[in-house]
Amino acid sequence: MKEIEINSTTLNFGPQHPAAHGVLRLVVELDGEVVERAEPHIGLLHRGTEKLIEYKTYLQAIPYFDRLDYVSPMCQEHAFALATEKLLNIEVPLRAQYIRVIFAEITRILNHLLNIPAYAADIGAVTPFLWCFEEREKLLEFHEGVSGARFHAAYFRPGGVHQDMPKGMEEKLYKHFDSLPKFFDDLEELLTNNRILRQRSVDIGVLTKQEAIDWGCTGPILRSAGVAWDLRRSQPYDVYNKVDFEVPIGKKGDCFDRYLIRIEEMRQSIEIIKQCLNQIRPGEIAIDDNKITPPKRNDMKKSMEALIHHFKLFTEGYRVPEGETYFAVEAPKGEFGIFLVSDGSSKPYRCKIRAPGFAHLQTLDHLSKGHMMADIAAILGSLDIVFGEVDR
Amino acid sequence: MNKIIDIKKIISKESNINLNFYENDKYLGILVKNKSDVFSIIKFLKDSEKLLFDQLIDITAIDYPSRELRFDIIYLLLSLKLNQRILIKTSINEIDNLESISSIHKSSNWYERECYDLFGIKFINHPDLRRIMTDYNFEGHPLRKDFPLTGHNEVRYDNSEKKVIYEKVKLSQEYRNFDYSSPWEGLENQLIGDEKAKKES
Repeated sequence: MKEIEINSTTLNFGPQHPAAHGVLRLVVELDGEVVERAEPHIGLLHRGTEKLIEYKTYLQAIPYFDRLDYVSPMCQEHAFALATEKLLNIEVPLRAQYIRVIFAEITRILNHLLNIPAYAADIGAVTPFLWCFEEREKLLEFHEGVSGARFHAAYFRPGGVHQDMPKGMEEKLYKHFDSLPKFFDDLEELLTNNRILRQRSVDIGVLTKQEAIDWGCTGPILRSAGVAWDLRRSQPYDVYNKVDFEVPIGKKGDCFDRYLIRIEEMRQSIEIIKQCLNQIRPGEIAIDDNKITPPKRNDMKKSMEALIHHFKLFTEGYRVPEGETYFAVEAPKGEFGIFLVSDGSSKPYRCKIRAPGFAHLQTLDHLSKGHMMADIAAILGSLDIVFGEVDR
Repeated sequence: MNKIIDIKKIISKESNINLNFYENDKYLGILVKNKSDVFSIIKFLKDSEKLLFDQLIDITAIDYPSRELRFDIIYLLLSLKLNQRILIKTSINEIDNLESISSIHKSSNWYERECYDLFGIKFINHPDLRRIMTDYNFEGHPLRKDFPLTGHNEVRYDNSEKKVIYEKVKLSQEYRNFDYSSPWEGLENQLIGDEKAKKES
């Protein structure tokens, strides 16, 4: 018999490729069309957020969190606000907590409404993209309504939220989320039983329970592997312990399960938002301590004290007592944690950002081994990678 | 809170390592004096049936340039079984190495690479200790406190050479780090003659 020598091909995927979801560079070793090794090269979007935060006051640091995972901005502000509040040892008023939970859940829907069609587009379906972006735009109007910005809201501040919801917003929200499940039904009709979607995602990129834990996976990826773990449930923050919701878990841990879990999570988010809207009562939206939250505009016209507070807050900022804390929230992509160290000054001494995508992208090599080259796009899409947070 | 006390008991009884504990309402902190014990304590925490701290959430570091043991290395572990976090902290100096825990936790691979890249902390027995966040051929370790915020090099496209070139950073204005700390809250406001009053009392 003749001996045949097979050489593996090395392929450079990205950094500019529509399926790379940003600026991922993958060095893929292929045997024919089968992936032997996929090595992600990241850092092309590294902006040194952690370093920059060390030079900013706590208030100035907030906008950086919007720019990490730019498709789910408010959840990350949430983590930073909660960590800072932990160090300051304050508790925000109930209304602010409800507003935060409502908007964190809107953000979760926003995130999944981007991920699902992007994933579908990766494996060949274009229509969901157009549908979901229309819905996203409607939700972004709520962002705009409360903060003035569609994406980079800087709305959750340590001590509460920036401003109250405008009049009539609660009814509008309720009305909108009453009709939104209908959209999910339509979306599922288009995708869930679609033959192409199933062929491309069932049994692709299977992650077992133990593997998911070992690789540090959190959020939908961990749940799709069958681990019932949700920080909103297990370590509740703000008013998550006052609302009822279900945590969907998968059976197989493949790409299709991850897709299904995201769909179900959006439905659960709507439930949470509705319960919050039923429970929310008028009240303060930030703690009544002008050393931490700015005084009301109205007071500043009359009171010298208020004016001084305002000036000092926006120049020096507030001092945070010495200490360290780790606070994690259930961001749409998984556990988003802030490890915050304060040296007693008005600037964080160290702010480590634990991004879920970083851990998830690490599993790519493991997940794509033995699959076809084209499946890499499917796996990447299902991992929900956004480079803003991976590269920081 | 009881849970934390139980965990403490189990660790100090079964691990045979001299450890200092401190509590935080979010997690249990463990200070490891001897850096070579880190490996065994993490292994113990993972393997212990009762504790099962089997998820490594993050590895990070803090730089204190004024201290002799300059870096604090922090390992964050999570037990899904107990719903409890543990933070393991140890201090090393600039030339020290740490044992890589990639044989215990697979996910430590990139976390350690990130620590190496941004702080310059070396992990021995790491399968692939390369830079991860910064540019190819980058020099220095950006998250060290003595690394300037503006960096050393900048990149631009040069139209005459038709390629991207690296240059030393040129700032039209020097970077200004304003110190806003208020004299009446932060510092003790010493007026001339105040020291006499203190001496007498």
